[in-house]
Amino acid sequence: MELLGLYYYWVFAILLMIGLYAVIVKLNLIKKLIGLSLFQAAVFLLYITMGKLEGGTAPIVTDANANGLFSNPLPQVLILTAIVVGISTMALGLGIVIRIKEEYGTIEEDEIQEIDK
Amino acid sequence: MTVIFGFFLLTLLLITAVAIVQSQNLFVSVMLSGMFSLLLAVNFFLLDAADVALTEAAVGAGISTVLLLSALAITAKHEKAPSSSRVGALIIVIIATLVLIYATLGNPQFADPNAPVHQHVAPWYLDKTAEAIDIPNVVTAVLGSFRGYDTLGEVFVVFTAGIGVLFLLGTQPGPFAQSNPFKLTDPKGLRHYLIPRVVGRMLIPFILLFGLYVQFHGEYGPGGGFQAGALIAAAIILFALLEGENSALKVIPRSVLIGLIAGGALLYGVVGLFGIFLGSNFLDYSVLSSNPVKGQQMGLLIIEAGVGITVTGVLLSIFHAFAARGKF
Amino acid sequence: MELFLDIASWILMSLGGVFVFIGGLGALRMPDLYTRMHAAGITDSIAPILIIPGLMLQAGLTLASVKLLAILVFLLLTGPTASNALASAALLAGNRSEQVKSTAVPESEE
Repeated sequence: MELLGLYYYWVFAILLMIGLYAVIVKLNLIKKLIGLSLFQAAVFLLYITMGKLEGGTAPIVTDANANGLFSNPLPQVLILTAIVVGISTMALGLGIVIRIKEEYGTIEEDEIQEIDK
Repeated sequence: MTVIFGFFLLTLLLITAVAIVQSQNLFVSVMLSGMFSLLLAVNFFLLDAADVALTEAAVGAGISTVLLLSALAITAKHEKAPSSSRVGALIIVIIATLVLIYATLGNPQFADPNAPVHQHVAPWYLDKTAEAIDIPNVVTAVLGSFRGYDTLGEVFVVFTAGIGVLFLLGTQPGPFAQSNPFKLTDPKGLRHYLIPRVVGRMLIPFILLFGLYVQFHGEYGPGGGFQAGALIAAAIILFALLEGENSALKVIPRSVLIGLIAGGALLYGVVGLFGIFLGSNFLDYSVLSSNPVKGQQMGLLIIEAGVGITVTGVLLSIFHAFAARGKF
Repeated sequence: MELFLDIASWILMSLGGVFVFIGGLGALRMPDLYTRMHAAGITDSIAPILIIPGLMLQAGLTLASVKLLAILVFLLLTGPTASNALASAALLAGNRSEQVKSTAVPESEE
């Protein structure tokens, strides 16, 4: 269990940096957006990992389990809304990429900078 | 048992992430990112976050894949081969990863009941929900009532993103619509493909029904407006893919969609204002009825409906804006 | 009775697991797309038919069993449809295996 806990944190760190790597290195704008969503997913994973409680269940309190342990509802609320906001902002980004394609004829960053010179 | 599942799923998550970044074919990347979302949803479920898992599965694997595909249809299917050296970036990223991993050694132990997160507001929420609102699902209670301001803000972010996409893309086909053979929605839909069409049409009512169940059962089980909005939007997007975009626009025209986007957010805000008019604070639902607990439940039901309406409207109009850009 | 139900459900679930494994193995090891899909079809069809009744035996006569049954029905509907869509898309994109080349390829679905 302890090792699994450490592994959750390591996966968070590695996923975050895979996302960052895609954002830095990839020149394709859509690939950058996908990298950004990986970055986001890593943050979601960290928050939900924090909310987990040993021996707990999902925070739905019924008469049957009223005295039981529950995982923390607060990170879940924050991430639930963040997922939907994430998709909306990604759609906005994709909209901008589509307009860039229409103006420049390409979505590769270096080619766009070449045209802008 | 959970430990083995946890290791397995997390490792799969990492492998998928590496494959997404490595692949030069954007189509493959998008499909893998749908898989990544499903894996992430299963991970959330293992971490006892049923509501979040439902949202991630509906939004990440369903809607986000369709949106990315429709963007690919207008832009490009392949990434250009990288020209510059990537060693510098790789070194920076590896150092940052090691620093982050070193930092996590100071984190509280995984699932430790004595971790600071579990000491402060969370026990209060878990205690007071039964007394103040009397619904089983604490996540919905915190989302709608205790932290109603936050959720109102999030709804307006979604609303703003929808308006932004409409401003950027409008409803006219773009200049690159003609040249690309890879179209998302055929005007005729999938009429030539009998089996997907028949089965798809058969599933749509059930998806809608499930969406409504998730919407109105959110107080008792996992669910709520955000998930339901994504599910209902997915059902209508499926209809648009099967029957062509125009048929879907006949069902829910653009004017109605704009009404939905604004209407849901307004509904949420108006419920908040009602609290002020009835002599209490903004977004305090307990004054809506003579019994404070009943008032809270009523307020929750209405604001969840508002959230669901806005999310459905925004996701559908984004889809239509993308599809129209690549049509004809 | 309890013991009998437990044993039956574990047999069903283990058999289902074996079929999932075979399906995964086939999807990795088969030579081309169509035979791979043929192998992957096992995970969509026979595996849930075994696993979900196994789970239903564990759940007993409750609402959970009804939900599991609904899941089974939807899986059985969507799995083959997805396979069909995938195969016709592959055919349309010009992916033809050696075996398919020798026989007549239908030009359209209708």
